[in-house]
This record gives sequence, C-alpha cells and structure tokens, in this order.
Amino acid sequence: MTDREHYEAVVVGAGPGGAAAAARLADHGVETLVLERGADAGAKNVSGGLIYAEQSAPYTVDDLFPDFREEASERPITDYKMDNIAGNRVKTYDLTPLHENDTLWCDAVLRRKMDSWMAERVHEKCRESGGGLLTDVRVNGLLRENGEIVGVTCDELDDIEADVVIAADGVNSELAREAGLMDWDDPEEWFQGVKAVVDVPDGFVQETFGVDEDEGVARLFSGDLFQDARGGGFMYTNQDTLSIGTVFHLDSIVEERAETHELLDALLTHPHLSNWLPEEYDEVEYSAKLVPDSKKVALKEPHRDRLLLVGDAAGQMQAQGPIIKGMNHAVTAGALAADAYVTARGRSGETAGQRYATLLDREGVMDKLRPKSYDWTSGISEHPAMANVMETVAKSPVGRAVLRTGAAESLVERAFNSPRLLSMLPDIKPAYVTVPTLIGEEQGVPVSGESTVETPTLEERIGDLSYNTDIGNPHIEVVDNSWAASGTAVTACPVSAEDFGGGCYRSETVGTNGSEERVVSLDTQPCVECGTCAVVADTEWEHPRGGKGVEYEQG
Amino acid sequence: MEIAVLTKGVPDFREGQVSFDEDGHLERGKTPTVMNPNDKFALRAALQTKVRHGGNVTLCSMGPPGYDNILEEGMRDVYADDLVLVSDREFAAADTWATAITLTAALEHMETEPDVVFAGFKTADGETGHTGPQTCWGLDRPILTHVISLDIEPENEVVRAKRLVEGDVDEIETVEAPLPCVVVTDPEFEPTYRRAEHRLELKDLREQTKERAENYEDHLTMWNHEELNLDPDFVGLDGSPTIVSSVDPIPKSPSEREATMVTPDDEEGMEQVLEEMTPFAGGD
Ligand SMILES: Cc1cc2nc3c(=O)[nH]c(=O)nc-3n(C[C@H](O)[C@H](O)[C@H](O)COP(=O)(O)OP(=O)(O)OC[C@H]3O[C@@H](n4cnc5c(N)ncnc54)[C@H](O)[C@@H]3O)c2cc1C
Ligand code: SF4
Repeated sequence: MTDREHYEAVVVGAGPGGAAAAARLADHGVETLVLERGADAGAKNVSGGLIYAEQSAPYTVDDLFPDFREEASERPITDYKMDNIAGNRVKTYDLTPLHENDTLWCDAVLRRKMDSWMAERVHEKCRESGGGLLTDVRVNGLLRENGEIVGVTCDELDDIEADVVIAADGVNSELAREAGLMDWDDPEEWFQGVKAVVDVPDGFVQETFGVDEDEGVARLFSGDLFQDARGGGFMYTNQDTLSIGTVFHLDSIVEERAETHELLDALLTHPHLSNWLPEEYDEVEYSAKLVPDSKKVALKEPHRDRLLLVGDAAGQMQAQGPIIKGMNHAVTAGALAADAYVTARGRSGETAGQRYATLLDREGVMDKLRPKSYDWTSGISEHPAMANVMETVAKSPVGRAVLRTGAAESLVERAFNSPRLLSMLPDIKPAYVTVPTLIGEEQGVPVSGESTVETPTLEERIGDLSYNTDIGNPHIEVVDNSWAASGTAVTACPVSAEDFGGGCYRSETVGTNGSEERVVSLDTQPCVECGTCAVVADTEWEHPRGGKGVEYEQG
Repeated sequence: MEIAVLTKGVPDFREGQVSFDEDGHLERGKTPTVMNPNDKFALRAALQTKVRHGGNVTLCSMGPPGYDNILEEGMRDVYADDLVLVSDREFAAADTWATAITLTAALEHMETEPDVVFAGFKTADGETGHTGPQTCWGLDRPILTHVISLDIEPENEVVRAKRLVEGDVDEIETVEAPLPCVVVTDPEFEPTYRRAEHRLELKDLREQTKERAENYEDHLTMWNHEELNLDPDFVGLDGSPTIVSSVDPIPKSPSEREATMVTPDDEEGMEQVLEEMTPFAGGD
C-alpha cells in the first residue's frame, strides 16, 4: 500500500513506561503516536501501588510530569512497617530506613487516576509534535518488511510504520513475545498480584493511622497466614481508600494449588487487620495482574530491529525484598529509550536498541533489576538442598533460641533494612514463610480482638466490576483442556475457583469411552486480563480488542 | 469538501418528556422539541467526511427562531462548523414538499454549494421520509438512501456506499454515485476511522465541539424568504399540496383487568393470594 501511515515513533501502551517514553520523545520534538488498548489510560492497569522516585535514577516521574504529586498521586508514604505473623502473634519491624534508602519521595497511587492524568499531558505534548495518544486501539502484532520489524499492526487501525516502536505494553507483552524476546512458559519467572481497594470514611486514614493529610503508611505482612505460598501482603493508605493486596510467586501458587482470592481473604480477615479497617468493610474494587520478576527475566538486550521494550514488557520489575519497584523503573526505562532513539537516529553504527541497552547499564538500572549478588548466590541459595538446610536450622531449637535473644531483634531489623541483603534474598520458602513465622512465634505479641470483616464472594466481586464484553470473540482459547495441562488455572485464576461455576475456568468431568475424564472449560466474560493462565495453562492468549473487556475504576 | 446536514426539530417522544392530552393528541406546548434522533447519524456521516477529507460542515434546519436550540443540540452532539436556520413566518406549516423547496433554496444560497448533503432517515414526527428525496430532486442530484457505511474519493468525484436493503432477508448493497450528491443515512450507520491521523483529528474536533457549542450563536446564520429569494406563495402553508384530512387519536391501552387490593397485614387475604398463585409457581 502506498499511503500507509507513518510516524516517527509509535509507543504501545500508556502505563508509566509508555507515558514516560512518549513525554520524553515529544520533549525532543519527535512525532509520536501512543496507542492504548483501554477505553481510558489506566482502565486496564493494576499496581499496589507505591511509586518511588529514586535518588540514583536518571529520571523520576515528576521530572517528566512536574505536577505529578499534586495531581496524580494519593499520599506520600512516610511510615513503612513489616508485620511477621504466626497465628495471632505479630512482631512488627520498622522498615522505614529501607523504604527511605535512595528515595527522594514515594507516593501511594491508584492507576486509573494516575495513568489517565498522565495520558492527558502526553496527548497534549505529542499533539504539538504531530502525533497524539489514542485509546481503544489494540496493537495486535509487529509490521514486518523482509522479516524486519518496521511498525505495528492493530485491530482497529490500518498498518502503521514507524522509525522506532517502543513497546510499553506491560506484563504479557504480546509484542515482546512476537519478537521472540519473551516467553510465557515458566511460572517461576512471575509473581501474581491480587488487590482490593477498600473505601474508608473521610478523615479515617488520618485518625486510624495517626498521620497528617500529607503523610501515609505502608504495612507489609508475611508469615503463616498464607499457608505455604511464597509471598506476602501489603496495605497502603490512599487519600480516602486503602489498597490491600497480596503478591505471590506464581510457581508457588501453582504448587500449593492455592485459591488466590482466598489468600487475599486470609489477609483481609486476619484479626491484626481489624486495627485499620472500618466497622463496615466496603470493598470498591477487586483486581489482579501478573508481575514479572526482574531477577529472572529482565532482558539485558531489550530490543530487536526498530523495537525497544520498556517496563514490565522487558521484565523491568524489581522485587527488592518486600519492596516492589516496577512503575519507577518503567518510567526511567521509557525516558532512556526515548533518549537512546534521539541519540541514535540518523547515525550509522550504534542502533537505538543498542544505545538503550547501554544506557540501562550505564545508569545503573540493570544492576538494580538483576543484582549481580543475586546472580552469584542464587545458584546455591535456591538449590533445594539449601532450602532444606535453612528450614531445618531456622526451625531448630538453636534457630529459635537465636531469634529469642534481644540481639536478634536488632539483627533482624538491620537485615530487613539492608538493600544488599534483600537483593540476595533467595526465592525459597524459608525466606518467605518459615523465618517470618518463627519471628512471629518467638518475638510476637498476640493481637487482641476478632475480625468482623466479611469479604465479598467471587461472584460479588465479579459483579461489581465493569466489563465491555466482546461477545462471540473470546480473547483466550484453551488449546489443551485436559486437567493435566490446564487444570491449574481453575485455582490460580483470580476470578475462578474449584467450587465456583461463575468464573473463567471451570472444572468439568466428561465421560469418554466408558471412562471419566476431568477437563477444564473457559468462559472469558469475567476475565480481568491478569495474564496468569497465559503461563499456567495451555492457551492461546491475547488481550481483548481495544476498549473491550474489564474496565477498572481504581486500579 | 463542503458538507451540509439537514436536520429538523421534533417533539421529544421519550418517556417522561412527551405529553398527550385526554384525547391522545400531542400537547406540543408541553412537549420539548429536540433534534430528530435519526439526524444524529447524518451528522456522524458528515463528521466522518470532514475528518477524512477536510472541509466544512454546515448544519441546516428550517423552523421557528426558537429552533436554534436544535442546532445547538446538534453541535453539542457532533462537531459543526456553521449553523444555518431558515426561519420566516411565511415558511410556517409547510409540508414536506414546501420544506424541500425551502431547503433547496437554502442549500443553493450557501457560499459554496455543498458537495454532499446528508439527511437522516425519517423524522420522528411525520415519519414520511420525503424531505430528503424531495430536496434531492430540487437540487437535481443523485441520492443514496439507507446508507450504513460510506467512502468518498474526492479526487475521482465518486461516493461509494453500503446500503441496507430491508426485506424478508436484509441485504447489504454496495453502490456508487458521482459527486455532488445527497446521502440519507440509516440508523445503522457506523462511521469508521482506520487511520490514526483521523482519530487524532476526531479527538481535536471533539474538544472543539464543546467550546463551539458554548458559543453556538457566534456560528449561527438566519435566513428568511427574502434572503433566499423565495415567493411566499410557493412556501409555507400556501405552498403545501398535502392536505391532512384527519388525525386519528392514539387509542389508549385498555385497562380492563380487575384488581383486588390486599394489604400484606391481612393474613386471610394473603393466604387467598398465595392459593391463587400456587398453580403458577411451577411455571405453568
Ligand atoms: C498487585 C500489584 C502490586 C504492585 N505494586 C507495585 C508497587 O507498589 N510499586 C511499583 O512500582 N510497582 C508495583 N507493581 C508493578 C507495576 O504495576 C508495574 O511494574 C508497572 O505498571 C509497569 O508499567 P508498564 O508501563 O511497563 O506497564 P503497564 O502499567 O502494565 O502498562 C501497559 C499498558 O499497555 C497497554 N497495552 C497492553 N497491551 C497492549 C496492546 N496490545 N495494544 C495497546 N495497548 C496495550 C495496557 O492497557 C496498559 O495501559 C505492582 C503490580 C501488581 C499487579
Ligand atoms: S482467565 Fe486468565 S487472564 Fe483472565 S483472569 Fe483468569 S487467569 Fe487471568
């Protein structure tokens, strides 16, 4: 076709990574088109979410969007604690030093508000340089010429050519997969996050948490309240809501066959939480999404031809012990990708992609995402034998005795607050479950009171979400519906459960040739597009068409 | 590209808005006037044309001076560059024929005669569907009706359209006509924007639409019969050959069913109700 559209830059996705890339490109005067599949930027997105501005980062979100903190975020987080829970015993450690390490500021955010605010600024900026931001458009593939990536193809638009394509399309990036840079095969490489946004009365946060209007609290929870699943819970204060959620290693959800909504409920209904929840529990939104583990998947060379990957799409999501840093890295990477393109354009030699990889390295981003200390130690520390040794030592009378000493308290607090030690934290059960539980048992004090929280059922949670269903056009198809291949999705899907017939994945028994076989069936209507079944089941997985599917109000 | 859209004010027939007297006659005074709902599709088609090919959209209506709110409503809904209200006591009580004559004169009076004139399919009050075709005859142009999608090639001066032909089985017909022409949109009309630049332009226009509607009077022009050079004998009531012999009142729905009131506190009464309902409880 002769009149194919061309933009100098196409950015796919208007999350923090895409917004930053586009803002920076527009600042450089680059004609930039941003394509976002949601009906509104943020309508598809979920985070915990605390956005950090790191001192060491070359770009923070307020560098690119000056009024960000006043306009788009909820509350500065000024107090950061971790609760180790064993039964009803709780031992609290202050992690504020860790939280403040290398931190200029950190705010709690809700993604619908944050992303749509940024998108408006981005659209204005990009419009000035001849582009703009469009919602309701899903990029469905890479446009190639002679095998080389030269643009994108979309469900809603004709093919578009670009000199650079920045894919900031998040976890489950279809573009990263199509380019052969990422696969969705191994649950070990991902976390699954599930969250409830809880409404609280005006002034409740200040009273209950003892903070001012411009202060806020983060609390993390680990220990035995989540059975043996590796991960933990969080609670962050927004302006007049609370974000309460859980993040678990996906492989652990798979192994434990955990019902993920039940893990969230275990947190919400723990008596310890009743300290901070109002009499009437009022959940305004239930949400879920996969989270990449940068230690395992952050790409050292996140590019191919004209395609540069940014943020979750490139696996740039750092779990620094309990601290989750994805949004900030997406912002930094987005801006660096833009700079790399501008530096490399029109020059021979280094490509934009190579330049980008160099910048990620030089600016210290890669070191945070894939700490060398983790790479060195994980071989030993994640070896199954090591897990056994640690488990045995920690649980032994010696381990317990150590934890009981006064010296242990300050040692543990120091250890928790050490970014270096945390970066080496092995992904094994002792680190997530055994040790926190033992701390709770040995050092904790019992919490009084009982929880009055009645959490909504899955059916109610789904019922409260908004969907624009693409009738007759399911975006996920089960390739192998046998229980062995796809059965895990019944429990791991955050809107499905073994004993619930109204979710996405359902367990069914069919009779064939006189024998009974257990299979799964899928109805994508209640899908929240979290990405889990792309990894844990045998599916053909795509995002819905532009503007279709779930629409988050909070995120 | 010069684009005109014909629109008309009609009584707001929506539940809660419309008012009928005891005999079932419409109470015009008590029923608000709104833009003919089907004209929205004509406006969307006009906007699609403007976005894809550039140019000016003029929204044109004939009616009393108070009809400027119809034009404003159209402008709020979809972008319009200019508004033209053809208004004169002499135009009053026109039938579709006299209306078409007047509108033809208005379209011909425009600074640049429109390349495409869009009209909605049928008005909600008259339901004749005559005005569009008659205006077309007046302009001596080809007409495309029941249009559900539209592609214009200005360089080749052709219009290609898909038409919905209703019958025992609905059919979709693809037709071609030369420019200039008249297009009557079907309520199934769907604009399509497959180029990013068009969607961006649309976004800009949507922004501007709000602003323009706020100050719609700045974009409004009124024309009377003198300005259009129309002989009063050929317009309005005098120019209308249609004779309405009688109007049948809308029959009221009969309320013949008998009802017995039972208060929930009346145990005996409630028992009786339950007894009577029991046979139906099984879904029989
Ligand atoms: C429960 C939970 C808690 C978290 N907590 C935190 C936290 O406290 N702090 C933190 O920093 N991070 C946290 N994260 C991680 C963080 O949300 C991500 O790392 C971050 O959102 C990544 O940003 P991104 O721009 O790369 O991708 P996203 O924010 O996912 O944005 C991707 C965008 O691309 C769009 N898109 C996708 N595919 C297409 C397509 N084909 N066509 C068009 N558009 C497309 C999507 O709609 C979306 O708007 C958390 C995540 C979860 C799930
Ligand atoms: S169907 Fe798959 S993508 Fe959708 S919510 Fe369930 S696990 Fe997530």
